[in-house]
Amino acid sequence: MSMHSFKDGWFRIKALIIKEILAVWRDKKSRIVLIAPPLIQLIIFSHAATLDVINISLGIYNQDNGWYSHELIQRVKGSPYFKYIYEFKNPADVKRAIDTQDVILSLQFQPHFSRLIASGQTAPLQIVLDGRKSNASQIVMGYINSILQTFNTDVLKYKGVQVPEPIEIAYRSFFNPNIDYIYYTVPCIVAILSMVLALMVTAMSVSRERENGTFDQLLVSPLQPWQILIGKMLPAMIISIGESTLLMIAALILFDVPFKGSIVSLYISMIVFLFSMVGVGLFISSISQTQQQSILGTFVFMTPTMLLSGYATPIENMPHWLQPFTNLLPIKHFFIIIKGIFLKNMPAAEVFMHTWPMALIALFTLSLAGWMFKKRME
Amino acid sequence: MERPALDRISVSIRSGMITGLVGPDGAGKTTLIRLMAGLLLPTKGQISILGLNTEKDAERLHEITGYMPQKFGLYEDLTVLENLDLYADLHDLSEEEKTVEFERMLKFTTLKPFIHRLAGNLSGGMKQKLGLACSLLGHPKVLLLDEPSVGVDPLSRRELWKMVQELADQGITIVWSTSYLDEADKCHDVLLLNEGALLFHGSPKELSKRVEGRVFQLEVPLEKRRMLLKDVLNHPETTDAIIQGNRIHLVSTSSFSVDLKGFQWTSIPPRFEDAFVDILGGSPKGESVLAKHISQKTSEGQHPIQAEHLTKRFGNFIAARNISFSIGRGEVFGLLGPNGAGKSTIFKMLCGLLQPTEGKALVSGFDLKTASSEARSRIGYMAQKFSLYGALSVQENLNFFSGIYGLQGTFRQRKMDHMITIFDLSPYLESNADLLPLGYKQRLALACAVMHEPDVLFLDEPTSGVDPITRREFWNHINEMAEKGVTIMVTTHFMEEAEYCDRIALIYQGINIAAGTPDHLIESVKTKDLPYPTLEDAFITLIEEINGQEKEKGRA
Repeated sequence: MSMHSFKDGWFRIKALIIKEILAVWRDKKSRIVLIAPPLIQLIIFSHAATLDVINISLGIYNQDNGWYSHELIQRVKGSPYFKYIYEFKNPADVKRAIDTQDVILSLQFQPHFSRLIASGQTAPLQIVLDGRKSNASQIVMGYINSILQTFNTDVLKYKGVQVPEPIEIAYRSFFNPNIDYIYYTVPCIVAILSMVLALMVTAMSVSRERENGTFDQLLVSPLQPWQILIGKMLPAMIISIGESTLLMIAALILFDVPFKGSIVSLYISMIVFLFSMVGVGLFISSISQTQQQSILGTFVFMTPTMLLSGYATPIENMPHWLQPFTNLLPIKHFFIIIKGIFLKNMPAAEVFMHTWPMALIALFTLSLAGWMFKKRME
Repeated sequence: MERPALDRISVSIRSGMITGLVGPDGAGKTTLIRLMAGLLLPTKGQISILGLNTEKDAERLHEITGYMPQKFGLYEDLTVLENLDLYADLHDLSEEEKTVEFERMLKFTTLKPFIHRLAGNLSGGMKQKLGLACSLLGHPKVLLLDEPSVGVDPLSRRELWKMVQELADQGITIVWSTSYLDEADKCHDVLLLNEGALLFHGSPKELSKRVEGRVFQLEVPLEKRRMLLKDVLNHPETTDAIIQGNRIHLVSTSSFSVDLKGFQWTSIPPRFEDAFVDILGGSPKGESVLAKHISQKTSEGQHPIQAEHLTKRFGNFIAARNISFSIGRGEVFGLLGPNGAGKSTIFKMLCGLLQPTEGKALVSGFDLKTASSEARSRIGYMAQKFSLYGALSVQENLNFFSGIYGLQGTFRQRKMDHMITIFDLSPYLESNADLLPLGYKQRLALACAVMHEPDVLFLDEPTSGVDPITRREFWNHINEMAEKGVTIMVTTHFMEEAEYCDRIALIYQGINIAAGTPDHLIESVKTKDLPYPTLEDAFITLIEEINGQEKEKGRA
């Protein structure tokens, strides 16, 4: 391609981009739709979609009467998450309490618990969980685990054993001093809303033109199909990057979420992530005749994505054969990155580890959209 | 405050008569019909039908009125009979009544052979007949028909009119809305609407009287007609003039002398449209400033548009079958046919929107589907219903279209300024294209399509539904652009537009059933019984011939 025709081509694409952004911005309705609902959703979802499990009822069946079990029970009682603590006298009581959902978890100390620890041996501790509430009980298990780790460390320290540094670090990252789940949900919701917007803006853009009859006008114009594709892709990118920035600023101001990492890494990975979503959106757009079909297509894509993303349900709880497939979802990787960059200073190398799979997916979705786009024109 | 859709209308409609609700798109016809049907309530004022107020007696009103909206609610996946059955149930007809009614309706609509066909597979005309039958099931005393003849081929249109006239003879009051002015002459009474205002109420003959003795025609040589029309239009004694095949149809001012321009004009009876244009103040003058700014196209050896054995199949359905024609430089070529005949398919194959299954479509020697940007920037395209970006302002639409056609720098600015002056767009530059009056939408769409001075211009039903003044203005531009050597291809189901074409191809059931100049087509159907056929007569006769041949084939 000569320099001249390249310049010409770019000039035409520029006209498309301006038109696309104006079409979204000039329309009062779409302008409001772009700004108000995401902000409202950010505020409401962040409070509603809390993963905090508090006011927990828990049972204890203590067959040991030594100092160590007593100390551990005191620590559990001291935790702000456990509200009601029941003491059981026999295993039947434990079973009944779990069955009737009076408690979600029960700790069971063997008769020689304290003696074993005192003699420097490993002491078994049985924990019974309510498997019906797998999510909640897993979170409660997390709380208990961290209490146990502190307890372990303290016991070792007390006995004069030198505690290696890594345990200390593990303890901190696991046991966020405030365990404030809003820190976890807000970055995730920013990612989700960015995804929804990128999808919607692109999925609707071609079908809206099909409905209005302007799409034929574009196809008849000197624009080549790939130019139309770029002219659809770039405005969507500009709009969704702007939107994500707006949401992040809102998150930082409204929720006081910490931002520890590199803003450059975040934006690079976000651009890759949004490209992959724009590819999906354009693909949906290319197979939809009407805006209604586009919306439907977007939801067909979103529902399984959200369920498999690891946001609401831990990926570790999914069947083993299913788990590798979650790697095909860009948002799974972006969740890791956005949380990593917001909450801890995720190193660039690690960001890259999660960015290249998204880049591959973006390449795939964009080529698929381009292919479908050309195919549908025949 | 925006202009009201209907502005202080007071009329009474005579019972047992066909009243035509006539006017261009956006005149308020649908609003008025929906008000009559009680589907909308008036902002001010009231309507009563046979003593029933549309607001207070809505329930009882629905029992005595039949309403057929523009797209009648036929269930496309049900058969003809199932549709009738459904509407009979909605009207609480008993089984015995159903048998009688269905027999009567099927005979009336001549749909009997098709009772087991899915409604979705009926032709446009048959759908309208079925819709009419369904709305007649409740024995309405008043029948409200909203544009029943849109997209219906001329043959079915005639049949529909015959059916409605029969109904009127039975004493049913009929309101028939239409944007086809030629239908007005068939009504007993006419309500002429324009931009929400009632311009005339009375018998169409009465309206025509105002131009009686002022309507003339003149036979002219085909190649000179466009130049002559321009001259005639510029004459101070001309109120209106249009091309009809190789005749010029003239409405003069009262001080007309029969030897205008030294020709011998023949006086003819006035049409409804002549009077309408007269009320609106006459046709615009013949100068096209637009064409002045277009440089003369030099002829190159090849035909700008060539269709070679074009065939398009969608599965088993053949939308276009072996279509061949070529269009010369500066020629206005029309594809004429009812909706669904295949003219859009042919049109789309030519401009590269559809891939032909067989054959070739070449524009300036290129297949537009695969042509370079350079080749494609030589054509202009104006889609049906003026596909503009509604949310963008007039200026932004001009910016966009000049941008994608690669106009740059000061040249671009100059071109846009020309368009703004020529089409008088400056008062609307900042308003959204969606909110423009229909006539201005048409202007803007044309401006966007020709800003880059195309060699070939594709127009898809360019003036359906617009008022006669806008249509004349539009064709003045097109005529002069053709004179400058721009090749023009038009699709239309509208006889009047076809009259402007140098040559026409009649498309029916995907086949090119006849081609030639309008007069050639008219000439070909001249018989003793029909000494002065119109283009519509020619169309109907040719379609009937095809239908006749098919029946014979069926028998053999």
